[in-house]
This record gives sequence, structure tokens and C-alpha cells, in this order.
Amino acid sequence: MSRLAAAFARARAQNRAAFIAYLCAGDPDFDTSLAACRALLANGVDILELGVPFSDPLADGLTNQLAAQRALESGMTAARVFELARRLREGSDAPIIFYTYYNLVFANGVDAYVRAAKVAGVDGILTLDLPPEEAGEVTAACRAHGVDTVFIIAPTTPDARIGKIAAVTTGFIYYVSREGVTGVRDQVAGNIPEALARIRAHTQLPVAVGFGIGSRAQVTQVAAHADGVVVGSALVNGIRDNLGDRARIAPTLAARAADLAAGTGRK
Amino acid sequence: MPTAATEATGLDRFSLPDAGGHFGRYGGVFVPETLMTALSELGAAYEVARKDEAFQAELRHHLKEFAGRPTELYFAERLTAHCGGAKIYLKREDLLHTGAHKINNALGQALLARRMGKKRVIAETGAGQHGVATAAVCAKFGFECVVYMGAVDMERQALNVFRMRLMGAEVRGVEAGQKTLKEAINEAMRDWVTNVRGTHYILGSALGSHPYPMMVRDFHRMIGRETKEQILAREGRLPDEMIACVGGGSNAIGFFFEFLEEAGVRLVGVEAGGRGITRGDHAARFEGGKLGVLQGCKTYILQNPDGQIELTHSVSAGLDYAAIGPEHAFYRDRKRIDYAYACDDEVLETFQLCSRLEGIIPALESTHALVHGLKRAKQMRRDELLVINLSGRGDKDVNQVAKILGVKL
Repeated sequence: MSRLAAAFARARAQNRAAFIAYLCAGDPDFDTSLAACRALLANGVDILELGVPFSDPLADGLTNQLAAQRALESGMTAARVFELARRLREGSDAPIIFYTYYNLVFANGVDAYVRAAKVAGVDGILTLDLPPEEAGEVTAACRAHGVDTVFIIAPTTPDARIGKIAAVTTGFIYYVSREGVTGVRDQVAGNIPEALARIRAHTQLPVAVGFGIGSRAQVTQVAAHADGVVVGSALVNGIRDNLGDRARIAPTLAARAADLAAGTGRK
Repeated sequence: MPTAATEATGLDRFSLPDAGGHFGRYGGVFVPETLMTALSELGAAYEVARKDEAFQAELRHHLKEFAGRPTELYFAERLTAHCGGAKIYLKREDLLHTGAHKINNALGQALLARRMGKKRVIAETGAGQHGVATAAVCAKFGFECVVYMGAVDMERQALNVFRMRLMGAEVRGVEAGQKTLKEAINEAMRDWVTNVRGTHYILGSALGSHPYPMMVRDFHRMIGRETKEQILAREGRLPDEMIACVGGGSNAIGFFFEFLEEAGVRLVGVEAGGRGITRGDHAARFEGGKLGVLQGCKTYILQNPDGQIELTHSVSAGLDYAAIGPEHAFYRDRKRIDYAYACDDEVLETFQLCSRLEGIIPALESTHALVHGLKRAKQMRRDELLVINLSGRGDKDVNQVAKILGVKL
């Protein structure tokens, strides 16, 4: 069983949703980022979504744009992102997925990139701007190297496309709960149960819900229906708010993760 | 059945792109899932509209009465004498309403947006010409209009910002990254992802995801069609060479398209050489760029070894962009269109020369084509014909040029 499948199975057995946490690799610098990711994994995070910093993150809101900018300015490169994943893998068996943009995967050859990711201990790749229609090379490389391919389904995705997306997805489906970019919102989208039912009519894969989820109450609300809950910007804000004293970042994120993780249970 | 012209170059210009938007290995659709349905709806609506005679007739009507088509093909007598070689003609897209070829595409997409029932229009702009054209058509057709523009571009094109606002558009400055066209497109795409159901994105160049590169090209094809008729009427034959500037490449592909199968007509696109071809100092994608994916399509991109997009520079905001339209990359591979570049200092010199000799102030973007055109004219024979696409006028640039030249206004 893959690490991703095992993580979802374990959460399901405990009658809760898997807690998926996003941070941008190298935000605000390599060492702080490593400590922050470890703090998350030690405090209830089941799956780590590691954002690979890109110069032009057009699917991301301001919080994550600035995170990517901080990471790049601190000297993050493709090699350093792999190094970060490798260091995390040394101390943890939790699944790690890359949340990235296609040009970074494509730049030096898709197969070489996926192989390097696998060697670093990465379990899956989600490429924000790569629809299934263009994903043949990535899915082939991922199958060859044993890396899961996570794809997004959006509220605007018609039923006819859901099956097509599910067919190339392994690991889990990422349902984007609202139209828009990443970022914390006051309220979670109201139609999540209907959307999940629509997706589950086409696939047995676990479905995680993300975009706009930031508080424990929101996590609980979504966890009642979803197999996994993704929190990103709310955690990244914990970095942003402590840039003046980077030693406080890991403890801040540890506390925030523990609080959010406590919200993943179902009644 | 292939025509004689098709046999001449072995190309069929109408065969591209394929159903997925590919021009050979270039183009395609690379966007977040949220936009996939909007793009396929747009593609379907455009397919119907392009074959609908009523749509095309209405578009022709507005192009004539609102934009001022057809534009003249002008014999540049004094530039010709100055160079002492080929006869130089200028295709006067600068005479169009709002000052550049951009209005052709803005009108076409506005009619399409109305057909699709969209009430709100967004656009990105670099030099401001596409933003101004979009603001104008939105005023004319009553759309709510938001234009994204990099903060650096807003400063160097302040006049165009005011023009857009006068016509009722909201201009939103973008502070991210290097604050130019690329960041404006990122922000426009974020807006579109968020408001996709009621909003149409009027992308301003032959760039981005399918169907944009094809649709924008088609909306500019009359530039080449008119040029062909006009040069045949004037000279009784086709030109020997045609030159256009290439940012994303919309004016160039519209100008060249009608001639792609004419083997005797040399086609040259001119990129922005900025301060020279060193990293971060230029926007000449075929000089040091490599294959990649940016903002919706696969094409040549200025990027670092990891795939991070490089900084670019050009004196002209409209050419200051890291990627080139996918159809250009395809025809370069096929050796049908050649590419050259012009640098800032040559552009500033020719900007003044053209103004002085012809009484025509060219846009800095279009001046890139003039720089290369004047070099070529000198190398060509007096009985040869050279047509340069003067894609826009330079009124918007006079403040910036005065500043660079140290002239106090």
C-alpha cells in the first residue's frame, strides 16, 4: 500500500478526515522551513503538501505568492527543494506530495524530475496548471517511478470530465471547494456535500477538499464529508506573522496544527 | 485540394492549430482546472461565431465605423530615399481608433463576450494599448471593465492609464514580481479563476491557452489580407519582405498569416533586444529562451535552468514579456518566419528618425520593426519591395522618450 493510501486508510479507521497541510518549501529559508514542516508532521498532520516555489504562481492568492517569493529569495532551487524533501523523509514516514507548476517539472525533462522526486522520498505530484489532456508525459513518468498523480476537480468541472480526471488520478482527488485562488476565507463553500457526491459517483479514490479552509471549525465542517481536509494559507500566515523572529515559526505552526488536527474527527 | 500557393511552401496555414490547440509541439491548454470549462465554452462559441455570417458582418461593420478600417498602405518616400534600397511601405495600423492594431481583437472578443452573455470583461495590458482598446469597446458595448497593469508599466504609460479611466475602466495596478506584463497576466488569470462564470477575459495577444492564440490571430488576419490587396493594387506584385515586431506576436501573425504560403515573401519578426542579449536585459525569446510552459501555453520562454521565469527588459512595455506566441515558435522551426531583434538605443534613434523624415511618430514597439526594416532596406535592391507593419502610434511614448532623452516638457 502506498504511503498516501495508508494515510487515508488510517484516518478512515479512526473515523476522521486526513489532515493535509501545505507549506511552501524554503519559506522563509531552508532551515526554518525544515523545522516548520517537522513541527507539522509531529502535531497531527497526516500528509504534507510541499509547495515548490515558482516565480509565477497564477493559481495562488497573495499569501502563497509571497511565500514563494520569500523562498526563492532565500535561495531555494530545484535541488534544494529535493534536499528538503529528503531531510523530511529521514525522520518521518508521512506522505509528502509536491504542489507545483508544470514548467518546473518540464524544465529539465519530466522523467528526470519525477525520478529525482521519488529518490527524495516524494509520494505524489499535483501540478496546478496541467490538465489531464496535457498530462501524458507526467502520468507515464509517475507510473514508471511509483509516484502518485493527484489532480484537481473544481466546482466548474462538468460530470463528463470528472471520470476523465479520476482515470488519471492515483492517491487522491483534490477538490477545490470554490472558484478562485488559494487563501483563507470567512466561510467554507456551502455545496461541498453535493460536490463530493458528484465526484464519488465516478471514483472510489479518497477526495480531499481545499482552498479557503483555515479554522478548526471549518476543518470540522468539511471533515464531516471529505476524506481529507487541506489547510494552506492559514499555516503560511503563521510564517508571515513571525518573520521578525524565525525561531517562533515552528512552535507557532506546531500549536496551530495541533488545534486544526483536533477538528478532523467526525461525530 | 492544395492550391498552387500551398505547393509553394508546403504549408497549410489553416491546418493549425489542432483540436487541442497545438501548433506542432507548441501551444495547448495549461491552466488550472477551474478554467478548463470556460476555455472549452469559449472555443465552442468562437467556432460557431467564426462561421456565422451575421457575426462576421457585424464585426466588419464595427471595424469600419468604430475602428476605422481599412488602414492605408503608405509609401514611405523619405525613409526609402534615406536608406537608398528597397521601396519601403508602412501598413498604417497606427491610424486605427485607440492607436494600435489591438482594437481589431478587442472588438472581435467583445462581440463574442456579448454573444456568450457575459456582463464583465477583464484584460491585461503592458504598453496600455490593449487596455485602452478593451476599455473603448467595453464603453461602447456597456460592459463592466477591469484592466490589470503592472505598476512599472502604469508609470511609464501614465497617459494610457488615464485614457482607460476616462472610458470607464477600472485599472488595477499589480505590484508583484517585476511589475510588468507577465504579472498583469497572472493577476488577470486569478481574477478570471475567481469570477469565471460571468466574466470574459479579453486576452490581448496571440498567447495563452487555446483558443486564444488562434482566435486572436484570426481577429487580426485582415491586416495581412488588406496588405495583400493594397500592394497588388499599387505594385502589381507581392512584397519581397515583410517585417513586424513580436511581443506575444498578435500584430505579426495577423500581418504574416495571409502570406505564409507565398514562398517568395520573406517574413521577419523582430523581438526586443533591450540593453543587449544578456540575462535579464532583453525580451528576445529566440535568443536564449528554451521550451517551457507559461500562462497557458507551451512555447519559447526566457527562464533559468530550474524553470523559473527570468526578468526581462525592453524600452517598450508591449514587448517586455518572457514568452512568445506558440504559432511563431512553430513557423520558426519550419523556417518560414525568421526572427531578429532590435535594441533600445537603436529603437530610440529610429523613433526620432521616422518622426522627422515621415511626420509619423511610431510606437516604441513598432519601432523595433522599423529598426530592422531600415537595415534590410539598405541591403535590398531598389526594385525590391519591403512592407513594415506600423502596429501602433507613438503618442503614448512621447513622455517616456522625452525623459530618456533628458528633455524637460
